[in-house]
Amino acid sequence: MGQPSKASLLNEIQLLLAGSHLQEETTADEIPTLWVEPNDIVVLCDALRFKLTAPFDFLFDLTAIDETTRQHNVIAQRLDFTVVYLLRSYARNQDLRLKVALPQDSKSLASVTSIWPNANWYEREVWDLFGITFTGHPCLRRIMMPTTWQGHPLCKTHPARATEMGKYSLPDDIRDLEQEALKFSPADWGLEPKGNPEEFMWLNLGPNHPSVHGVFRIMLQLDGEEIVEAIPDIGYHHRGAEKMGERQSWHSYIPYTDRIDYLGGVMNNLPYVMALEKLAGIEVPERVKIIRVMMSEMFRILSHLLFYGTFAQDIGSLSPIFYMFVDREKLFGIVEAITGARMHPAWFRIGGLAADLPKGWDKMVTEWLDYMPARMADYDQMVMQNSLIKKRAVGIGAYDTATAIDWGVTGPGLRATGFDWDLRKKRPYSGYENFDFEVPLGTRGDSYDRCAVRVEEIRQSMRIIRQCVNNMPAGPYKADHALTTPPPKDRTMQDIDSLIPHFLSVSWGPVIPAGEVMMEVEATKGSNAYYLTSDAGTMSYRTRIRTPSFPHLQMIPVMAKGQMIADLIATIGSIDFVMADVDR
Amino acid sequence: MPELDLILLIAAMVAILVPTAAMLVWFERRLLGFFQQRYGPNRVGYFGILQSLADLIKILFKHDWIPPFADRPVFVLAPLIGAMAILMSFAVIPMAPGLVVSDSNIGLLFFLAMTSMAVYSVVLAGWASNNKYAVLGGMRAAAQTISYEVFMGVSLLGVVILSGSFKLTDIVLAQEGMWYVIPQFLGFVIFIIAGVAESHRLPFDLPEAETELAAGFHTEYSGIKFALFFLGEYLGMMLISMMITTLFLGGWLGPWLPPFVWFVLKTMGLICFFILLRASLPRPRFDQLLEFGWKWMLPLALLNLVGTAVVQLWGDF
Repeated sequence: MGQPSKASLLNEIQLLLAGSHLQEETTADEIPTLWVEPNDIVVLCDALRFKLTAPFDFLFDLTAIDETTRQHNVIAQRLDFTVVYLLRSYARNQDLRLKVALPQDSKSLASVTSIWPNANWYEREVWDLFGITFTGHPCLRRIMMPTTWQGHPLCKTHPARATEMGKYSLPDDIRDLEQEALKFSPADWGLEPKGNPEEFMWLNLGPNHPSVHGVFRIMLQLDGEEIVEAIPDIGYHHRGAEKMGERQSWHSYIPYTDRIDYLGGVMNNLPYVMALEKLAGIEVPERVKIIRVMMSEMFRILSHLLFYGTFAQDIGSLSPIFYMFVDREKLFGIVEAITGARMHPAWFRIGGLAADLPKGWDKMVTEWLDYMPARMADYDQMVMQNSLIKKRAVGIGAYDTATAIDWGVTGPGLRATGFDWDLRKKRPYSGYENFDFEVPLGTRGDSYDRCAVRVEEIRQSMRIIRQCVNNMPAGPYKADHALTTPPPKDRTMQDIDSLIPHFLSVSWGPVIPAGEVMMEVEATKGSNAYYLTSDAGTMSYRTRIRTPSFPHLQMIPVMAKGQMIADLIATIGSIDFVMADVDR
Repeated sequence: MPELDLILLIAAMVAILVPTAAMLVWFERRLLGFFQQRYGPNRVGYFGILQSLADLIKILFKHDWIPPFADRPVFVLAPLIGAMAILMSFAVIPMAPGLVVSDSNIGLLFFLAMTSMAVYSVVLAGWASNNKYAVLGGMRAAAQTISYEVFMGVSLLGVVILSGSFKLTDIVLAQEGMWYVIPQFLGFVIFIIAGVAESHRLPFDLPEAETELAAGFHTEYSGIKFALFFLGEYLGMMLISMMITTLFLGGWLGPWLPPFVWFVLKTMGLICFFILLRASLPRPRFDQLLEFGWKWMLPLALLNLVGTAVVQLWGDF
């Protein structure tokens, strides 16, 4: 991706920031990486976003790393904390990583929320989990942890296990305080009181509400049934997945990834294992790539079918979800036959797969592919062509491409605005370049188009799966590499130099070379990326999971203003998110 | 003693109607299951036929909870009003010749009055719960019922013009030559739509739209008080089906079979239709629903009324 232009890109950036020195760092993923002085970051970001031709218009991710216990790969620029910005230019199809080093005694940086609106939640997250403050941020409050939490969990000094934390108790007075902290007060959210308070009603939609798809809370200021203000509040589903990455072996973390986007199944494994393979220098066999694509596309269909049904259900149509569950059940039968599990198979491995395809798999898949088109045609009649659904969804919750990029929307939500950007086409991974499929686009960017794009993606995924069935190459199901997990065993009983690494690799888990890497896939809901930092250990030094649903929810207030409650439900339904993917 | 007979008839009616409404819950769930490629409740008794009984036992043993922030007397009264108003309406429906509690001269008006009473139950429940979702549900119910009641009444006037009576027995007997569904087809369709709206069933279940308002007006209700609302909804569905049968489908009239059987068969057919509606349609938005009522249904109902009157007067001259 853009390798030849790297030098010219760096020159271009250096010109934007005359007088300041930008130090380059080489990373395993070959994304141009620059160390920036803390004082320069806003100026540089502003220039990259607004002054550059073909600008870096999309803030892909903003996160931090606690460097205090790093041992390997020491470089001069690194201090106690590193804030990492990952920017993307759609016009160039080019990524750029900016790093800012901060010392322990001055964990503060200027906010970039005025440059990219979606930085808001990312900066809140970094503050919450690392204690790094952002000056100029409109409302820097905790986002993942409860407001009463002590400490910043992703700091290396913060305990990772309950056993390190002392006995837990909840006396009545503390309980009352915790409950008090959950009460909503507009002033805490930096809101100026608008109009006469007696004319409005604050409605607390969630965390338990039938249409928020999990534990998600939106505070609504209502004028009658019309929404004046909407404030999404997340964090109720936070499980510390990134912290867990720092105490699980590289291999044993794979099942955790399944549960990030819990509808994505093995598709969650894919960016994680691809990132590790890149760090370890493993080249996986062709058969592995194709099987991975096939399984991922199956899960794309499974996730989209659930979306399709719940979208119709949110609009009040009771039946479609049941029909779609029948189809999903059949497909889960196939997933189970192949992987042995249904929703969370954790089936991909570093350097390969857990097992080869079972006998007769192709017949099962072909049967399902033959059965499905008629059902899809039924659903078209039942949902997409239904005039009541059209009335409820067309023109509802619409945004244009520029707004979508500003807020970091990826995946079907971005393509519904008519913007042709699918990672599988633009930066093919795992052999997607060999498949013949189309990228469905919308025109209006409204709830209806978001649904229509996904429906068409189901058909395209079926096309991809059929090509997998017809062209499945023969070969091994894992790479012949020492870091493949579990490692190849055939020579272990013949020489001691194979036996010892095998023993260590199985008992400790593989030791991944030091370095950092970001791998991204076009997941069910948008761009899902794993940004892994290895300190040459058996465990990750830092696991950053960039999920698509997080920025999508941040955008709700933009869509909700002026809507009726029923419109908001249709809009939320059309976003397609799961809270596990948002809160991690 | 005619009074004793009447009391016995009323007791028998209640003793049959209430369990039938409870059975309808099971019937609807099974039928929905059939429409949706699944089983529905099939565990309690043969084909799950005792499911409603099991539900009733469970609900009777639930804590009879009244939220501390609720308006107690109104909160308790609201579900009673609903169930009572609907039960009262059954009094004027002739199920077979002579099988009617009160064959009143103003039977049709009594029915309309009672269905209007039923909305108090929803509005008061929403108000007394002191819960924002419940209030929104109650408001929706009030707006929806007011809008749909107007043309519900108007749509029936065509039948009144043709039969020349508000007495339901007379209306049935007047259909001996031809069921009113044929000359009054427009009135029939409008009345069905208004009927679905009156009984708050999908696609017009906005007062309790689950995906929007959690449970709407009955969010705070549980136990036996919730059961009364539930019962009211199914009684309402039966009532509307019986009214349609009486007014448009010739009531008990029909060849070969006894009159009561005809009445039951027609009513059951309509109930199945209501359940099918629920399985197939999504829910319109609140303002779309009101717009549909005022801009389409009311003018059509008026047109139907004027048209019927003109035709009738033409015949008289």
